Amino acid sequence: MADEPLVLGIETSCDETGVGIVRGHTLLADAVASSVDEHARFGGVVPEVASRAHLEAMVPTVRRALDEAGVKASDLDGISVTAGPGLAGALLVGVSAAKAYAYALGKPLYGVNHLASHICVDQLEHGPLPEPTMALLVSGGHSSLLLSPDITSDVRPLGATIDDAAGEAFDKVARVLGLGFPGGPAIDRQAREGDPEAILFPRGLTGPRDPAFDFSFSGLKTAVARWVEARRRDGEPVPVADVAASFQEAVADVLTRKAVKACKEQGAGHLMIGGGVAANSRLRAMAERRCEDAGIVLRVPRPKLCTDNGAMVAALGAEMVARGRTPSALDLPADSSLPVTEVSVPDASLDGHGHGHTHGHTHGHTHDHVHELSRQNLYGQQDGK
Amino acid sequence: MLLLAFDTATPAVTAAVHDGARVLAERTTVDARRHGELLIPSVDAVLDEAGAGRADLTGIVVGTGPGPYTGLRVGLVTAAALGDALGIPVHGLCSLDGLAHAALRAGLAAEEFLVATDARRKEVYWARYTARPDGTGLAPALRTEGPSVDRPGQLPEELAVLPCVGAGAGLYRDGALNGWGTGALGGDDRMPVHQSAAALAELGAEVLAAGGAGFVEARPMYLRRPDAQVPAGYKAVLPS
Repeated sequence: MADEPLVLGIETSCDETGVGIVRGHTLLADAVASSVDEHARFGGVVPEVASRAHLEAMVPTVRRALDEAGVKASDLDGISVTAGPGLAGALLVGVSAAKAYAYALGKPLYGVNHLASHICVDQLEHGPLPEPTMALLVSGGHSSLLLSPDITSDVRPLGATIDDAAGEAFDKVARVLGLGFPGGPAIDRQAREGDPEAILFPRGLTGPRDPAFDFSFSGLKTAVARWVEARRRDGEPVPVADVAASFQEAVADVLTRKAVKACKEQGAGHLMIGGGVAANSRLRAMAERRCEDAGIVLRVPRPKLCTDNGAMVAALGAEMVARGRTPSALDLPADSSLPVTEVSVPDASLDGHGHGHTHGHTHGHTHDHVHELSRQNLYGQQDGK
Repeated sequence: MLLLAFDTATPAVTAAVHDGARVLAERTTVDARRHGELLIPSVDAVLDEAGAGRADLTGIVVGTGPGPYTGLRVGLVTAAALGDALGIPVHGLCSLDGLAHAALRAGLAAEEFLVATDARRKEVYWARYTARPDGTGLAPALRTEGPSVDRPGQLPEELAVLPCVGAGAGLYRDGALNGWGTGALGGDDRMPVHQSAAALAELGAEVLAAGGAGFVEARPMYLRRPDAQVPAGYKAVLPS
């Protein structure tokens, strides 16, 4: 137990300054300073406000995590940090801090992928990830179905949103309903009093010829806005709880339907759900029922580990150390569009046994190309039938 | 005594080591887009060249700007984290004071001068310095105005025509009828253009030797509020 890797992880990709400490699969500390209240009046996260808050919170949050864990910085086996994707200026604060700690303490640095961290965090809750793991990641910035045979080196995108992320749709619908920012918790609360079948909102990309594992939530958001505005225009009251419940139902329905289908098609016996939207009570309940019906084991971490935090970054860092993965160089860049397929950013000069990650790390890549190497490339023979 | 100084408030990523008597090593790379990548490797290089280890450091001197925010934060968070991990104090110095110090050491003889750097958005960060007749006083004490951020064209003419050091000196002259740029000392190559950590380290060592007056809290001098508009209201989807 004591010889499991002790890692401190730093997360600053959006509006939470997160610092977590884990030993192997055991969570020792999870300190988070959020600037969400400063963003609320703007109706969304303001990058410069977030970056300023990260700088103020960085060292105090590290201190808090070390105190909470009761460990000394000198005992750490490594420092891991979200290298991307995320807000460029925000990421840079965490990456710079992580490098300074790693350098000062003489510890290896691991620049890791935010999305892979969201998956890996479940090891702290439910033990080692099955291999492969099917993961549904849903947050304000991402909505993806990912298949990972090895969380430290191999994450394969099966599908992702083609427009808004699920959490973004929650925020926008909350704005339409006047429920404030962030929208997720507010809609969840309202929806408990509402009828999820009151209004049949559209389920995007669920037609027979639509891509099986991609998502679209932009049309849903507009449909809700049109419905609400039509009521207002006719001078009728807006049944906020029913709208919230029916909207939430549409999101949860599409997400769980596609996730279960992906598990079946890929022969995965487990489904992991992560990201801020995984805190949604209806999504959790529906996923439980549908997974049970399909004979799939559902793994969803507690809500505090689903939203952005440092523990998830530490969890992936600890797994990197345990598996002897190549650390990052001290010139590690923050990469706002780091592809999901790049689980970490290894030091190219050390990475002798590259996994195809050692290409010149140039900017300007987009998320689009991740789709090309997706689809049935893990179990070529099994898919489809 | 072994001071590590660095600054990321200008396009230069610059680090230096000072032993209380002299600068032992300096490394400066001008690349405004790579502060995050270059800073720690530069720190490593100067410590190496100085034949010192991290544990030998007794203090950190960091430029607090003003400067473009994203780069500026790299220096400040690095200083805070290094200071925390090594258990050594972090001293802040206004980055413009570093440039002023470099100019004075290089022989700038003017009684009054400005330091100006690029604040982007057609603005400059600037400060005014007034030398003493007896030649005494360090840059922080000689700063008589600023740091501020303004469009050069909006500065009063008496300021705009002063001798001016730094990359902001000749910038954004368009439409400026106040003489901005006439005092630019860009042609004198003894004068600094961007920050040099060697100058900052030297200034830091002198401030420290004089008791510390002139250091500022190691927090960013942004001088502007974040750009963000509170949305006017809900924008309808249906045509009205």
